[in-house]
Amino acid sequence: MDIKLEKLLIKQTDFSLRADLTIKDGTTAIIGPSGGGKSTLLLAIAGFVAPSEGSISIGDDVVTDTPPAQRPVTLLFQENNLFPHLTVFQNTGLGVRPDLKLSKTQIDQVEDALNKVGLADMGSRHPSELSGGQRQRVALARALLRDRPVLMLDEPFAALGPALRHEMLDLVARIRQEQDSTLLLVTHNPEDALRIAENTILVADGTAMTPQPTAALLNNPPPALAAYLGK
Amino acid sequence: MVIRPQSMNPVARWSGLAALLFVVLLVAGPLVALWLRASTPSILTSSDWAAVRFTLFQATLSASLSVVLAIPVARALARRSFHGRSILVTLLGAPFLLPVIVAIFGLLAIWGRSGFVSQILLSIGAERLNIYGLSGVLLAHVFFNLPLVTRLILQGWTRIPVEHFRLSAQLGMSPKDLFLRLELPMLRSILPGAFLLVFLLCVTSFAVALTLGGGPKATTVELAIYQALRFEFDLGKAAYLALIQFVICTIIAVWSLRIAVPVAFGGGLSGVVQRWDVSSKLLLWQDSAVLLAVAGFLGAPLIAVLGRGLPALSNLPASIWTAILNSLTVALFSAALSVLLALALAGFIDGLKSRRPKVSFVVEGVGLLTLAASPFVLGTGLFIIIHPIADPFALALPITALVNAAISLPLALRALLPALQHNRLAYGQLSDSLDMQGWSRFRLTTWPTIRKPLGFSTGLAAALSMGDLGVITLFAPPDVETLPLIMYRLMGAYRMDEAASVALILVALTLTLFWLFDRGGRLGHQT
Repeated sequence: MDIKLEKLLIKQTDFSLRADLTIKDGTTAIIGPSGGGKSTLLLAIAGFVAPSEGSISIGDDVVTDTPPAQRPVTLLFQENNLFPHLTVFQNTGLGVRPDLKLSKTQIDQVEDALNKVGLADMGSRHPSELSGGQRQRVALARALLRDRPVLMLDEPFAALGPALRHEMLDLVARIRQEQDSTLLLVTHNPEDALRIAENTILVADGTAMTPQPTAALLNNPPPALAAYLGK
Repeated sequence: MVIRPQSMNPVARWSGLAALLFVVLLVAGPLVALWLRASTPSILTSSDWAAVRFTLFQATLSASLSVVLAIPVARALARRSFHGRSILVTLLGAPFLLPVIVAIFGLLAIWGRSGFVSQILLSIGAERLNIYGLSGVLLAHVFFNLPLVTRLILQGWTRIPVEHFRLSAQLGMSPKDLFLRLELPMLRSILPGAFLLVFLLCVTSFAVALTLGGGPKATTVELAIYQALRFEFDLGKAAYLALIQFVICTIIAVWSLRIAVPVAFGGGLSGVVQRWDVSSKLLLWQDSAVLLAVAGFLGAPLIAVLGRGLPALSNLPASIWTAILNSLTVALFSAALSVLLALALAGFIDGLKSRRPKVSFVVEGVGLLTLAASPFVLGTGLFIIIHPIADPFALALPITALVNAAISLPLALRALLPALQHNRLAYGQLSDSLDMQGWSRFRLTTWPTIRKPLGFSTGLAAALSMGDLGVITLFAPPDVETLPLIMYRLMGAYRMDEAASVALILVALTLTLFWLFDRGGRLGHQT
């Protein structure tokens, strides 16, 4: 499903961000200096930040004024994706029904999703008993169950070591393929972008630029990206 | 990783030990005196036991009411952003600083026999209100503690990560789901501690019982002590009652140590998280009604004091100047003593943390001990100690200052200790590696990080002592005046206009003192 941002302007107290672009099916990375508005862009698409001008459409629908729950989107945050007082199973089950009244088949679905992210026997644990990587796996399992056409990740693996990060990225790529969803990924690591994203959006100087093929963009960076990469 | 402990600075060690000894003597001395002097239980009449029952009964009711009513107020404040929100949040902080007697004056002006509400009731042919007794005590306790609990719960709300609200919105949780998943667990972690804190405050709120309670049906233990000491001059009975009071407070204090009592003065009350579950008209009306009601409940008595006091300002009693001088002296002395003790103890505790964690925990417990020994218990004990040696009535002001300092100590300690610990953990190794020692280390690294809590605690201690109408009533002979005492006497003589004018002076001085110290601590502060 394509995401279309038309003449979008997001104003916040300390900065503003403009975007006029289309994000195609497949995987797109968002890269750029911190504080530039990468996360804000995702928050706007997910419906947590209201734009001051312009429109957002996902697929054929204009969603500019649609409440978060009704958008075809799942957004994973950098942290606090889980409720600390609920078990892994409950946290995952919220993706099926937010009141957790699950039928037998739905319980099986939840267990299946936990299997797929490699947390088969962890359902009864609490988030505090998990490692950082495992916590994000729970959030991914929930995203699997929600099965929304658009999956967005806001630097969810920034705190993980390189090997674990690659493993998680590959898992995300598998999930995307299985669900045939559009994947948007904020990262500050050009390697991550190269690893899974065909296209990359550069967010810098108050503007989100049109997506470019990742390798080409990184090999021949515009000045703002070159400054960020230190090239 | 083992952090090699540096030896403790001798100044920190000796001043800490001295402060520790002082506090232990100040608390243990009166307790021993009470123990030795206390009569056998047989001296207690049925009305004394009724006082014990009433104390526990009214505290339970007061704390329950405050907590239950505070939940919708905090909830509305947490999810609504509106003009005047910050004023309302500030207003919620006011009752804690406000001298009790002033608040009671304001409450009587609204709810009393000839108050605002009674006038309306009369005009529609109904009867006047009579709030003396249980209802008045509850009203005053809710007035003081509803705002306190609201602030505690509001902090809990602001500690819920913003991602969790976004997550709930994305998952499409209903307001009910959101309450069960997000808000209920937070409330469950905060409410027990808040309840116990309010319970303790209501067991030890003498001035409320003195002015609004009394009689066989509404006498608290502290009021019974006061009567035994001042009217019956029965030291043995007063001592026995004081021990009962001490046991009650200790049980609550120990209990509350086991469930974390939230800290009342943290920051983070300003942010309003955008919410997606509260757009319905019904909820908006509900929140607006709750906030208007609480603003009226808290604001009306304050406005009444202003309205009554301003025209009467030209009509101040002649003794006002001595009273101002006495009140200021007591407040400043007690604030200085309390903060110096807290600073010495905090430095000592912090120094022990890395070497002797268990000992530091015990010392911290001693510092909080005065929370259990209510001002009245200490006052009664000191009275019994001094009585054979000197005339306790002649020492009314120094003893009041001393006891007030002891009572403010836990608050100051709670504010200073985290700042010192943070300073050590964040910059301790850096300072060691730069070989910063002694005075220069204090001046360059410690002082800048503690001056804010220090200024705040000094201001708080001064304000609390300024408004004190507890221990002073035990000791003061008729010719000694402080501002709260004058007010109480004027109110007893039904000279309400004069009382209101004194109230204004008292409030103005109290808030100015607090503001000066608090402001002084922040001035040029960099964080």
